[in-house]
Amino acid sequence: MNLTFFLQNVVNALQWGSFYALIALGYSMVYSILMLFNFAHGDIFMVGTYIGFALTTAFIALSAAGIVVLPNWLILILTIILAMLFTSCLGMLVERIGYRPLRGGPRASAAITGLMIGIILQTTVLYIMGAQRVLFPSLIQTTTYNVAGVAVTNIKIMIVFVSIALMIALHQFVQHSKWGMAMRAMAFDYAVVPLMGISINTIAAMTFAIGSALAAAAGIMYGMAYPIIDPSMGILFGWKAFVAAILGGRGSIMGACIAGFLIGFIEIFVATIFPSTLRDLIAYSIIFVILVFRPHGLFGEPYSARLRL
Amino acid sequence: MHHSESTAIHPRGTLDFIRRFFANIPLLGWLAGALAAVILEQAVGTSLAHALGLPRIPVLFGFLIFLKQPALIPGALGYVLVSNILPVCIVAKIGAPLFNLLSRSLFRMPIVVTAVVHLAILYAIFHIWTDVSAYRLIMLKLMLISILLTLSLNVINGYMGEFSCSHPGFMALGAYAASLFTVGLFVNDRLFGEALLVSDFAVIFFPLGLIFAGLVSALGALIIAIPSFKTRGDYLAIISLAFTFIVKSFLENLEFLGGPRGLSGQPDWSSLPMVFIIVVLGVWIINNFVTSTMGKALNAVRDDEIAAEAMTVNTRKTKIIAFMFSAFWAGVAGGLFAHVIRFVNPSTFGIQKLAEVLAMVYFGGLNSVYGSIVGAVSISLLGEALRPLEILKWIIIPLLLILVMIFRPRGLISFKEFNIEKLLKPRG
Repeated sequence: MNLTFFLQNVVNALQWGSFYALIALGYSMVYSILMLFNFAHGDIFMVGTYIGFALTTAFIALSAAGIVVLPNWLILILTIILAMLFTSCLGMLVERIGYRPLRGGPRASAAITGLMIGIILQTTVLYIMGAQRVLFPSLIQTTTYNVAGVAVTNIKIMIVFVSIALMIALHQFVQHSKWGMAMRAMAFDYAVVPLMGISINTIAAMTFAIGSALAAAAGIMYGMAYPIIDPSMGILFGWKAFVAAILGGRGSIMGACIAGFLIGFIEIFVATIFPSTLRDLIAYSIIFVILVFRPHGLFGEPYSARLRL
Repeated sequence: MHHSESTAIHPRGTLDFIRRFFANIPLLGWLAGALAAVILEQAVGTSLAHALGLPRIPVLFGFLIFLKQPALIPGALGYVLVSNILPVCIVAKIGAPLFNLLSRSLFRMPIVVTAVVHLAILYAIFHIWTDVSAYRLIMLKLMLISILLTLSLNVINGYMGEFSCSHPGFMALGAYAASLFTVGLFVNDRLFGEALLVSDFAVIFFPLGLIFAGLVSALGALIIAIPSFKTRGDYLAIISLAFTFIVKSFLENLEFLGGPRGLSGQPDWSSLPMVFIIVVLGVWIINNFVTSTMGKALNAVRDDEIAAEAMTVNTRKTKIIAFMFSAFWAGVAGGLFAHVIRFVNPSTFGIQKLAEVLAMVYFGGLNSVYGSIVGAVSISLLGEALRPLEILKWIIIPLLLILVMIFRPRGLISFKEFNIEKLLKPRG
């Protein structure tokens, strides 16, 4: 493998990993606050992509009809913002219906409701859109830059930069805002914090909203890079991002980001070195081995009796 | 007993009246009623259906008609009433004194004999009921298999309190191992060439194949059991999930087993008696296992691992045995499944299978044999009954499960021991 080829794959892996990282953040944040995994998150990502698809299609139709003529870059920005907004509403709804009634109950039951909400979301999209795949409208003309033999498209650059910007923004929010402080306090001890006058329901809803918004951003960027979308994409990405969240160490935001990129790298490099049918086998085997030798993930705290499913 | 006391105090509703009206009927009576009903259906079912304006006997208590052909609903309701509900109730109620007498003399014999007599009648009911259509036969077989699968998962998730996602993987190992055994040895096919042995002794060889399937999958369980010494909860859930994905994509890459296309040509050896006997045997053994000292050790590990260790429970041994035992039965269920469908491919054993079996365990109830039976039967029946709704059924079933989780977070019938004597005893 020469250097150019290697760098080319690094670029691909960065893009691929940023999807995982953004989705994994949603799992990880919810986990750190409520100590449960939102199994519907993968499907929230999928619904976010479809919301983005609907918004883009609508804006393009409006422009074409001459009612509201918008340039493509503005459509993209509007789509991302509105889709993040709508998807965060969906996230809060999921929390309200599926998780809040079960707070304090067995954690496995919450896992089951999450799985079921995921199935409902997927079926709803399947019912509305039909089983056929749809083509995500392209808003930006793909330009390929050739940097020392490595092909880099403007979309790849945008995806990696937007993802990293969102991660930094999240980090700043969690570390330096009052809400972020409440979240960290809640993650530290969620039994005591409500006594300090912080409503657990508000913080939980906010966490779901932020996670879902990040998933929607990931979804739209995915739609731009790989324009063919179908309702089963939530399962495909969701479970791997979930694995990334665990691999990073439960509740660790930085861990989730790094593990997301790590899984992206593993997948891309396995697919280039071995036949691509072996991708899942080798990727999951590596994850399996990591977890066997480091049972609390890369950045998580070791097992404590409090954390049990 | 308990019910009649409470009804004496509370105001009497219709439900209480019905309950007291049927309180003196032993299980034997209900079984006899059901037997009479299925015999009646076999004899006059077709003409009764024609008389009520139905093209043929409703295959699933009329459920499929309710959603598909609203015009036929009165006919279907009438049919269910005349051919299912009334015969059962009338025979059971009128024959109650006789059945109590029989039940009392049966009850004096060893409990095994009593149980075998009840099971024989149950089998006769199934046999006659499935005679009507091939659809009923395959549905019943799959339902029985899902009872075994659900119960085996309950050993880990309910009795031992882990959240294992590895059951589709165990089932896949069993399905492929059993298929390899039967297709490789007894069938002339492209993949493995000439049959090595003659297939006249299916009754002997198929159970051997199933034991082989169970052992292969128990061996696979070691891969989960050993990390479970150090790991619990979420991480074990992920390890077991990764295991399922690894098995699935491992099988996809095994070209000699058909790769992603799968393996077909299994002999038709999962007959109803075979499935029935294996499932009953499995339920019986699992019930004995969870009520044994080992079963108590599982509960101890679930409730507090450190305390269990202090109380001389060997937690490592307990976990290994539980995982291997559970995987063994999941593998057997997989083997049976492969020979009912007579085709296996890796994508059968993915996330969807996992969601299905988890739904059955948590719907029915944790830590309970009754719960697993109720969960497996009701989710299977519901899935079949809502089939005319096509994909909308995947909204209704999850919604129902969410409601169950919200109002009964541990499932419908959880933490209830399976008491065979109480079930079979004469009443009155």
